[in-house]
Amino acid sequence: MTTVLKGGEIVDETGRRRADVLIGDDGLIAAVGDDLDAALVLDCGGCVISPGLVDLHTHLREPGREEAETVESGSRAAALGGYTTVVAMPNTEPAIDSASVVREVLELGAKALCDVRVAAAITVGRKGEQLVPMAELAALGVRLFTDDGAGVQDSRLMRRALEYASALGVTLAQHCEDAGLSQGAHMHEGEWSSRLGIPGMPAEAEELMVHRDIVLGRLTGAPVHFLHLSTAGSVELVRQAKANGLRVTAEAAPHHFTLTHAEVASYDPVFKVNPPLRGAADVEAVKAGLADGTIDAIATDHAPHPQEAKEAPFDEAPCGMLGLETALSLALTQLDLPIERVLALLSWQPARIAGVDTGPIEAGRRANVCVIDPTLLWTVDPMRLASRSRNTPYAGRAMTGKVRHTICKGEPVVVDGEAQR
Amino acid sequence: MKHLLSIADLGRDGIEEVLDLTDKFVEVSERRIPKVPTLRGRTVVSLFYEDSTRTRLSFETAAKRLSADTMNFSVGTSSVKKGESLRDTVETIEAMGVDAVVVRHGSSGVPWQVANWVDASVINAGDGWHEHPTQALLDCYTIRERLGSLADKRIAIVGDIKHSRVARSDVLAFTALGAEVTLVAPPTLLPPSLEGWPVEVSHDFDDVLRKVDVVYLLRMQRERMTEALLPSLREYTATYGLTRDRYRLLGDGALVMHPGPMNRGVEIAAEVADAPNAVITRQVANGVAVRMAVLFLLLAAEGDVA
Repeated sequence: MTTVLKGGEIVDETGRRRADVLIGDDGLIAAVGDDLDAALVLDCGGCVISPGLVDLHTHLREPGREEAETVESGSRAAALGGYTTVVAMPNTEPAIDSASVVREVLELGAKALCDVRVAAAITVGRKGEQLVPMAELAALGVRLFTDDGAGVQDSRLMRRALEYASALGVTLAQHCEDAGLSQGAHMHEGEWSSRLGIPGMPAEAEELMVHRDIVLGRLTGAPVHFLHLSTAGSVELVRQAKANGLRVTAEAAPHHFTLTHAEVASYDPVFKVNPPLRGAADVEAVKAGLADGTIDAIATDHAPHPQEAKEAPFDEAPCGMLGLETALSLALTQLDLPIERVLALLSWQPARIAGVDTGPIEAGRRANVCVIDPTLLWTVDPMRLASRSRNTPYAGRAMTGKVRHTICKGEPVVVDGEAQR
Repeated sequence: MKHLLSIADLGRDGIEEVLDLTDKFVEVSERRIPKVPTLRGRTVVSLFYEDSTRTRLSFETAAKRLSADTMNFSVGTSSVKKGESLRDTVETIEAMGVDAVVVRHGSSGVPWQVANWVDASVINAGDGWHEHPTQALLDCYTIRERLGSLADKRIAIVGDIKHSRVARSDVLAFTALGAEVTLVAPPTLLPPSLEGWPVEVSHDFDDVLRKVDVVYLLRMQRERMTEALLPSLREYTATYGLTRDRYRLLGDGALVMHPGPMNRGVEIAAEVADAPNAVITRQVANGVAVRMAVLFLLLAAEGDVA
């Protein structure tokens, strides 16, 4: 079946223009132009037609924690959020550290509502001891490796991993956290942790490892991607590294440019996340880093947890919050950036880091497209999210901007804001 | 007032209301039969996830002197051991029909979570490192009883402030009533940030002792040594302990306080703990009357103490 996106304005890395987009039944964009027609006509009046969004940081929980999320349910949430590609994080049970688990997730992903790519662990079982078979996994299409959830603590091991990876054309991505400084912590260390009596981790726990890996990247010549930067110091370190010509990239999560540690005063574990919510100056620094190009991508760190896990005492509850269905709206409203810059951060810039072909809207390209109504007002209702979990920190929050349609590989997976399967 | 979760919920007026009411319950406690029918038919349950004989007994005694029925949920012998969640436990207890839940938990914030799940009144009997409001109220009462008022009094809180729920509640309560508070501790045992805390900080205990009206010692827990927060207990005692020598620096009439249980010989010398101006057992006695006042405020219908 052919589809036409009618009446919208295309925004991609080549600029803005008014045109219809015809999608063929081969899953490719057949034509871009005026007065195109097709079997299915999707109204895009008042909307922006963008290359599909790409999330570098999604916890799909499968295998092992299917009560929280599955590849299918997570991909539905992704499609509703405008994503046509997500990179599944490897902290599953078992961890994605072998060819068989990579294949399992990719097979589950083949039936999903968006493209599912896999990030594999750097070390076996994410234990920080022995390298995974990187060459074998790279041959299966893995482009990012990370022990996310924890940083690789051993500097010697991290150096070796970077050296080994540099021959494979893959990128190591680091969750920056010095485990010694963050031991026993459940939130950001500062004014609020002191007042609330909750053990905190200082910003320096993150910054130490950002600094170390910039230095190791310089030593080895290998590219390094920094996951979820959350502190002003981290942003500045990456800014300097880029100014020095080093091969570093970075992402930031929507909650780190939207919320601060003051939210923890409610003691609601829905606000417990790692890296933790930081101070107002850190929020401003992350925004500035996104605005000036220091940070290349907005990544959700979508981390579903079942309700019972988030009803525990704060210091017993797991870290993480949902993100796929709210990231776009927050990026549009919190950053004070023009929409083409926001979409660069959500789509084509992360696509390059993930090694995904999400290029401009032009004939012959794969039809991974999302259509955004940038002025639609809506309210976050946890019960109406597609994720199997409900742990959004934005329950009841009024949002502006929402996805109207999402086309993945030519298939209209979201039409008029509703998932089609 | 529905719950007592934090001293901040009370504010200056609220604290003074509790203290004024406490006067009446001190009088009740001194009667030959120290019991009034005020809360007859009401049920107060103690939900203690942490061992605390002192606070639990104090609340139970307070409830019984008000003629409330009391239930004691002891975590060690309960379904919690079988993996029951906090929420399920709390909702099960509430389903039995209780009017107040007195909560003690090792995790900061649990009383706030419990208050969101139940209709009963929730009293924070200590949450993690966070707050212990009834301890602060009984401390205020004891100071007021001995010194007349807290206004412009100089109070030093000494020891492990960082991990102390007593310190957090005391700072809020003492300063609300107009006292000047100085925290005395090694930097490792202070909260990482004191932004917004209306306190002074000193590392010179001798100097502070010469100036204060009240010295409030906190319990020094032995496990702090293993966390590299202190080199040794010996060094702690030498620098921050109220030793016999250091005690002599204290002015006449200045009070020595401690929330208990004490480590005699560590933060306080045995002889100092037994000195006439040490009001440590008076704090315990006042604890019952203060908790009667709190239960009365939260649970009693309009009317007199009787």
